[in-house]
Amino acid sequence: MTAKPATGIPSLLKTAFVNALIALVLFSLMVGIRTEAGSDGQLTYVTRFGELASLVAIVFGGSIVIELLRQWIGPTGTEKLVPPAIQSGMSFVGRYLAPALLIFTLLVPVIFYDQRYILDLGILVLTYVMLGWGLNVVVGLAGLLDLGYVAFYAVGAYSYALLATNFGWSFWVCLPLAGILAAFWGVLLGFPVLRLRGDYLAIVTLAFGEIIRLVIINWQELTGGPNGVTGIPRPSFFGIPLDNSDDGLAARLGIEYSATHRIVFLFYVILALALLTNWVTIRLRRLPIGRAWEALREDEVACRALGINTTTTKLTAFATGAMFGGFAGAFFATRQGFISPESFTFQESALVLAIVVLGGMGSQLGVALAALTMIGGFELFRGLETYRMLVFGMAMVLIMIWRPRGLIGHRAPTVYLTKAQAISSDLVKEGHG
Amino acid sequence: MDYFAQQLINGLVLGSIYGLIAIGYTMVYGIVGMINFAHGDVFMIGGFIALITFLILVSFGLTAIPLILLVVLLVSMAITALYGWTIERIAYRPLRHSFRLAPMLSAIGMSFVLTNYSQVAQGARVKPIPPFITGGYTLHESPDGFVIQLSNIQIMVVVTTIVLLAIFTWLVSRTRLGRDMRACEQDQTMAALLGVDVDRTISMTFVIGAALAAVAGLMYLLYYGLVDFFMGFVAGIKAFTAAVLGGIGSLPGAMLGGLAIGLIETFWSAYFSVEYKDVAAFSILIVVLIFMPTGLLGRPEVEKV
Repeated sequence: MTAKPATGIPSLLKTAFVNALIALVLFSLMVGIRTEAGSDGQLTYVTRFGELASLVAIVFGGSIVIELLRQWIGPTGTEKLVPPAIQSGMSFVGRYLAPALLIFTLLVPVIFYDQRYILDLGILVLTYVMLGWGLNVVVGLAGLLDLGYVAFYAVGAYSYALLATNFGWSFWVCLPLAGILAAFWGVLLGFPVLRLRGDYLAIVTLAFGEIIRLVIINWQELTGGPNGVTGIPRPSFFGIPLDNSDDGLAARLGIEYSATHRIVFLFYVILALALLTNWVTIRLRRLPIGRAWEALREDEVACRALGINTTTTKLTAFATGAMFGGFAGAFFATRQGFISPESFTFQESALVLAIVVLGGMGSQLGVALAALTMIGGFELFRGLETYRMLVFGMAMVLIMIWRPRGLIGHRAPTVYLTKAQAISSDLVKEGHG
Repeated sequence: MDYFAQQLINGLVLGSIYGLIAIGYTMVYGIVGMINFAHGDVFMIGGFIALITFLILVSFGLTAIPLILLVVLLVSMAITALYGWTIERIAYRPLRHSFRLAPMLSAIGMSFVLTNYSQVAQGARVKPIPPFITGGYTLHESPDGFVIQLSNIQIMVVVTTIVLLAIFTWLVSRTRLGRDMRACEQDQTMAALLGVDVDRTISMTFVIGAALAAVAGLMYLLYYGLVDFFMGFVAGIKAFTAAVLGGIGSLPGAMLGGLAIGLIETFWSAYFSVEYKDVAAFSILIVVLIFMPTGLLGRPEVEKV
C-alpha cells in the first residue's frame, strides 16, 4: 500500500508490517467483534480474535507477495499508438474472434442441449451482452454518463408484463411496444439533462433510476408493489405455444415434448435481439447520427460550432439506448415469468456500466467479452453465497486498477484520412456529459 | 402551525446528518474531481464502529454518558478515518490520472465491497440499541394538546453539526492544510511545483471526509437507534443528491443542500405521503438542476476551447 519503492528485505518487511498494522486497526472492531441479538433482545457481542488474526496474517503475507510481484514486473509504460506487431495481431484476433464467438454461441444449444444450467447461464450472459451494447450507445458512443440505465430495463419489463397479464397481448406485439415506451422514457429523461454535464448528469440519471424503482414499489394498484407481477405469459413461436398441449409446437411437428425446447427458443430469441442491437449500433456508427454522437463525445463545443444539433443528438442517443434496454426488459419478463422491483436496483445499473467500461467503452466485442467475464465469473462464485458480492466488488476494483481502459483498449475509427488504423483508447475522449 | 414547527425541527436534524455526509462528497469532488461512491458506506462503517464501541464500553460497566459519547466519537472518527485513507490508497490513488470513469467504477466496486464486508462481518440483521440519550424540552403546547418537542438528541445533533462546521471552516480557511487543499483544488500541478504535497493533501481530504461521515454515522445511530449494513446506500445517495443540489465542490453548498433535502423529505412525509418522500427529493433535485445546472451555489463551469 505504501508508495515507497521497497528495495531489499528489511523495507519489504517494514511495508508488510505497516500494512498488517493498518489491517489490524481496520478489522479490529468490525471483524474482531460480532454483534448478536441476545436472549432478551438486547444486543450483545462475541469476540472473534482468531478470524482477526488470520485476516491480519493474510494482509501481511499478501503485501509481501504483491510487493515482490511489483518489483519483478517493474513499471509499465503506456503506448499511444498501438505498435504494428500488436496491431496486426489484434486485427487478426479481431477478425476471427468475433465470428468464432458467434458460431460458438449459435452452437451452444446444440452442444449443451442436455445441460439446462449452461443454457440458462447463456441466456443470462446474452441478456447482459444486449444491455451492455444498449448502454454502449449512450456511454461509449455519445459519451453521456448514464447511471440509471436499469430504469429502461424496468420500463420494458413492466410494459410487457402489464400488457400481457391485463390485456393478454402476445410477446411479439409487446416487444416493439416495450422498446417504444422505453425510448419514450429515454427522451423524457433526456430533456431535463440536456444542459447538464459530467457528474450532474450522473446524479440525475441515478435519481431517475431510483424514481422509477420507487414508483414501481409504491404504485401498488398498477404494479403490484414489492410483490411484483406474476404469471407473465411465455413467448410463443409466432402464435404456436411451446407447451405440452395438442396444438403446441412439439405436437404439431410430431416430436416428443421437452421443456428444453422453450429454453433453446429463448436462447435464440435473446441472441437475435442482441445481434440486432449490435447490427443497428454498427450501422448507426457509420450514419451521420452515429458520427454526430462520437463527435459530441469528443468535443461538444466544436460540435455546436459545426452546426450539429446537440439537442436531437443527445436525445436520439438516450432514446436508442433506452429502446434496447426496453427490449431486453421485455425479454427478461417473459423469461422469468415473474418480475419485482428487486430486479431493478442500482446494482444492476452499476453492473451494466461496469460491463461497458470494462469492455473498453465503444468496442462491441469488448462489451461481449466483458459481459461473459463478469456474469460468468459471478456465476462461478455462486458457491460463496454472501461472499459473492464481496468478491465481485473486489474484482471490480482490481480490474479497474489493472486495466482502466477496459479489456479491449483500442478503437477502430469509422472516419480516417488514408488508412484505417486502430488507435489506443487513451486518445479517445470520454465526453463531458 | 405547531405541526409545521415540529416538522421544521425534525427536518433540520435530518438535514444536519445529510449535510455532514455531503461535505465528504463535495470535498473529494472539489479536489480529485471524482464521485466517491463508497462514501455512503464509509458513513455506514462509522455507524457500526460507533455501535460496537458503545457495546464494549457498556459491557465494561461504564455509565457516565458524556464520557461514553466522547470515547465512542473519538474511536469511530479515528477508525473510520483510517478506512477513508485506506480506500483512497487502494482504490483511487492508482487511478488518479486515469480517465474519469475508471475511479468512479472503482468507487462503485469499493462500495459493494464495504456493504458486503459489513454484512459478512456483522450479519444482515438490523442492529438496534436502547434509547441512550433521552429527555427533551416541550417548547410550546397548544390548546388542542399538540406539543412541540425538542429532544436532547436533536439538540445534540444540531449543536455537534454546528461545532464541526465551525472547526471545519476554520481548518479550510485558516490552516496550512486548508490552504494546501484549496491550492490542490485549483491546480494540482502548480500546487506540487510550489511545494504542496499533493498526495498527502488528497489523503487528508479523504481522512477528514471519513471522520465527518463517522460523526454522521454516530448521530444516525443515536437518533434512530439502529444501524444496518444497507443504510449507507440510501443515505449516501441522499447526501450525494444534497451535495449536487448545493453545487458540488462548494462546502456551504453541501450543508445547504443537506438541509434542503432533509426539509423536503420531512415535509413531504408530513403533508403528502411517506412512500414518495425520496421521489420528491429526487424530483426537486432534477427540477433545480434544470434551472440551475450547477446547483444552488455551484460555480458555472466554463469550458475553454
